This record gives sequence, structure tokens and C-alpha cells, in this order.
Amino acid sequence: MATPLKDLLRGKPVFVNVGVRDFADALREAGYDVVHVDWSPPAGGDAEMAALLDDLI
Amino acid sequence: MKATMIKLTVVRKNRYFDSVFLMQVARRISGEPGISDASALLATPANKKVLADLGYGKGAEDKDFADAGPNDLLIALEGEEAAVRTVASDPEAWLQRPASASPGTGAGAGAGAKAGAEAGSAREPKSIRAATEVRPDSTVAVISVPGQHAAREARAALERGLDVFLFSSNVSVEDELALKDAARDQGLIVMGPDCGTAYLCGAGIGFANAVRRGPIGIVASSGTGMQELSCLIHAAGSGISHGIGTGSRDLSDAIGGISTLTAVDALEADPATKVIVILSKPPGRRATGSLMERLAKCAKPVILCLLGAAAVSAAGSAVGPAPGPAGGVITTSLIDDAVEAALREAGHPGFAKSQRSADTLTAMAAAEVSKMRPGQRFVRGLFAGGTFCYQSQAIFNRAGLVVHSNSPLAGMKELADPTASVESSFVDMGAEVFVEGRPHPMIDATLRRRRLEEEGKDAAVAVILLDFILGAISSRDPVGDLVGTVRAVQEMAARRGDHLCFVASVCGTDHDAQGLAAQNDALTDAGVFVFPSNAQAAAFCREIALLLAARKEKP
Repeated sequence: MATPLKDLLRGKPVFVNVGVRDFADALREAGYDVVHVDWSPPAGGDAEMAALLDDLI
Repeated sequence: MKATMIKLTVVRKNRYFDSVFLMQVARRISGEPGISDASALLATPANKKVLADLGYGKGAEDKDFADAGPNDLLIALEGEEAAVRTVASDPEAWLQRPASASPGTGAGAGAGAKAGAEAGSAREPKSIRAATEVRPDSTVAVISVPGQHAAREARAALERGLDVFLFSSNVSVEDELALKDAARDQGLIVMGPDCGTAYLCGAGIGFANAVRRGPIGIVASSGTGMQELSCLIHAAGSGISHGIGTGSRDLSDAIGGISTLTAVDALEADPATKVIVILSKPPGRRATGSLMERLAKCAKPVILCLLGAAAVSAAGSAVGPAPGPAGGVITTSLIDDAVEAALREAGHPGFAKSQRSADTLTAMAAAEVSKMRPGQRFVRGLFAGGTFCYQSQAIFNRAGLVVHSNSPLAGMKELADPTASVESSFVDMGAEVFVEGRPHPMIDATLRRRRLEEEGKDAAVAVILLDFILGAISSRDPVGDLVGTVRAVQEMAARRGDHLCFVASVCGTDHDAQGLAAQNDALTDAGVFVFPSNAQAAAFCREIALLLAARKEKP
């Protein structure tokens, strides 16, 4: 379910971090819950192929 | 006997690490005895070109270099042969995350204190979709994957109902517009792309300072601009409710201010926000229209800070409203003025701006100029924050002074070669040309330190203007990274009989891990003139530049 920005500003955010792990570490150190995604480039790093797969799914 | 110097590349197939981690790996390797330069990068075409231009990948042992692709990790090493070969023989040893870096609290803390970069992976979800299954109450996605993959991840986040903080750059305008349209349809926001900083309900995201919460809400297209605003508000004893980044292009006509308008709606509805500050470069004409129409209806006081607006107006190509009152909106063109107006509207008494009067500044400048030799004529600004480079130009422009820059404001001159200053030059050291395959200067001062050494060799230089940015993700000691070079350059100038003036501002708070007072003191001890804001530091340099120009004109 979507959390519109207006509602987001009323509570404590819960984060999903994709990419730079230091961002997750900094938020955790500040006391926030973060799920870090162990991300790797999709479809062998081919962004166009990934977009095609997205369209198929 | 002198050691043989070599360049060598090592390729690890199908290994992805995030860019900041790789920056840290490169720094650690660079610190090894005998290593003079090290890079750790994904083997994208752009990164390979940078390394090839530096002379890497050409030897018989670099056979994997040509075939390496964006999924592969590339380590490039230069230095004494024995040292280079030692690192190259066991690259995995350098790819382990230091144990202390991940304290890990809360759910999903798979990268806990003991977990290395590898060990944490097995327990962490592999996609945003999977992450939201682990924590169905997730609300914000923080995305910093390489630009070519960023839109895909942002789409996935929006589909799961998450608001998006999009740190990644190099996202196309078309993708940005599509993402922001999709977000708006659900009442969500995309902060970015190229969003450096945000504060949501007290949580600092990205390059963020430890600032007090309070009544002032910020909407900013610039990360360092957001940091400066919030730190000055904090220094005055007030605080911020939320800081919402929008991305540098949001108020262009192509995007139309979608995220800015969503942010204004949210802050207007937010009971904790009493005053709203909007910071941007001057918007496009159409975006200006819709923004001003919305702001005129805003139930809360709004301060619209359009950096460089007056300067652009003076150049005869103004877009956006001129500084001054416009309807119920107060417009300014400097961050300090926006802070002052916001504090006033919030009913807060103090602001540190008037520590030094204009007369005092001029007298201080005159005292400095009196010690300079006639050949010393130029100002050099080396900035970690792009907004500080931009604002400093605006301050010089307004006084009729022209500088060269790699990121020139209207009316200024383009610096043809960003790596070499000409006359008075303001250089954005965070520009793509300096950070491609390199750490950002807020994290790693290596390139700025080298550039400072070069500026110090130029006997025509009178003043050097610097900025230092504290906070999360930034270097643990931004001033310490450079102050030794500042002293060395001062001594070098003194040996040739020059008086070289150093001016700086430090963006940070007393609550930041680096400590604002300690950073300021380290600069003051080195004889640097330290100001609480970039605008004030640039204004002092402007006074010196005006006096130097007047001295030149005297018969």
C-alpha cells in the first residue's frame, strides 16, 4: 500500500536501501530500521535487456 | 637503486560492489607503501576510458582489461612493482568490509557488526520486492545504484508504494518525468535523481548533518544547499521539520516542478512545519508560473531562494521572479538571506550573519591586501559543494567581478580546461570530470589537495577560497585532510615573498561526528579566515578582489 508523502511525514520512516551500503549504516546508527538489498546488476548488467524482461513479467 | 614503477589492472568477473565501498577500497590500497595510485571500479565503458586515458590496460598482463564489462570489478594499480604485485596477487583481501563499519540495528540488519560485505549477502533480500516482503511496513526506498539501473529500481519501489530518495545521477530526463508522473498519481514523491540529502522526520538521508528538529521545512534541488540551510538554521538555535530533496532538474520546464509541488503540499499539511523554504537555481519560465501560482495559495509563509537570480537578472536574461516580496512569498538569492527570513517568519530571534559588519570586512580585506605583492591579483576557489561554487560566482557577479568556472553562472567565463585555473577561477571539484571513477571530494580530498598544491605554485594568486562539508558519509576529518597542504602552500608562498590569504567556510553542526568547533579551530590555527557560511566567505573574498582590482587601476 502506498505511503503518500503527507502520511510519511507523520510517522517514523522504515527504509529499503539499494546500492551504497554506507547509507544503510548511517540510518541504522541513527536508530532507524533499514532493509538493505543485496543488489547486483540485472540481466548481466544489460539495462535494455532488463527493461525488456520487466515488460514481459 | 630506484624501484621500478609499473601500472597493472586486475579484473574480477561478475563482482558488484557499491561505489562508495569501492572508493574506500581504493583509498585503503592507495595508502599502502609503494602504491602511488589505485582505483577500484566497475568496468563500465566510461570507467574503462578514464583508466585507459591514464595509461592503464595496455600491458601484456592486462589481457582481461579489454573484455571486462559493467558486471566486472576492475582494480587499477600504479606504484613500485613489488607493492603493486603484492596487492594484485590477493585482491580479495582488500574487498572485505571492515567489521566496525556496520553496527546493524533493527530488522533486516543482515550486514551486522560481524558481517562482512560477503557474509551479509546471504541473509539480505535480493530485490526491493523481496525487501518489502521482509518489512511490509517499509515506506522509503533509498536508491544509489549506477545510473543506468536507477530508473528500473525506482519504478520497482513506486510499484511497491514506497516514496523514493534517488541518489543516483545519470538518469535521463524522460525517465525522471515518467517516474515523477507515476509517483504523483499515487501521492508519492521521487526525491531526485541526483538527490544528495534529505531529512524525513529527523532521519538524515545521504550527505546529512546532525541538525535539530524545529519549525522550518525545506524543499531543495541541491544537496549541499540543503545542508547549508539546515546547518545555519541549527546554528541559530532553531531547527528543521523536514528537508525534502527534489533533484537538480525538478524545476526545469521539462519536469515542471512535480516533486517541488508535492513537497509543498506535504509541508503545508504538516503540523510541525511553520515556515517553508524552497531552494533552487532559477526555474524555467513555465515551471515558475505553476510554482508561483501554487505558492500564492500556500497557507504558510514561504521563502523562495533562487540562487544567482539577481546575477542572472543583471545579465539581462532573467528567468524567475526577482528577489524581494512577490505576493505572499519572500524571494532571496542567497542562502544566508533565506535563513534570516525563515528565522524571522518562524519568530526566532537570532542569526549569526551579522557577526562582522560590512565595514569590518572591508577593513580586514584592506589589511590583507596591504601585505600582498603587486603581482598577486587573482582569487581561486576550490569547492567540494557545487552549490557553493555557484553561489560564490553569484556574489562576485553582483559586484561586477568576472571569474572562470567549469560550472559557470550566466555572465561568467567557461573554464576551458577544468584541471587548470585561469586568472580568477572557481572550480566545482565535484563535477563529473573529477568524480568519474574517483571519490567525491566530500569523501576524499586527494584531487583537491593536488589542485591546491598547483594553485600555490602560481605567484599571481592572492586568495584561495575553500569549503568544508561535515556530516554523515563525508570524510571523518575534512579539514584535517587539507590543512597540512594549506600550511605547506602558505610557507611556499612566503618563501617567494608572497602573502597568500586563505578563506574558508565549514558547513556542519556541533552535533556532527567531525565536530564543527574542532574543524573551525584547525583552520583558524593555520591562519585561515573562517566564516560560518559560504556566502560570507565569498563576500570577504569579493572585498579583497575589489581592492586588488582598484589597486591594479591606480597609475
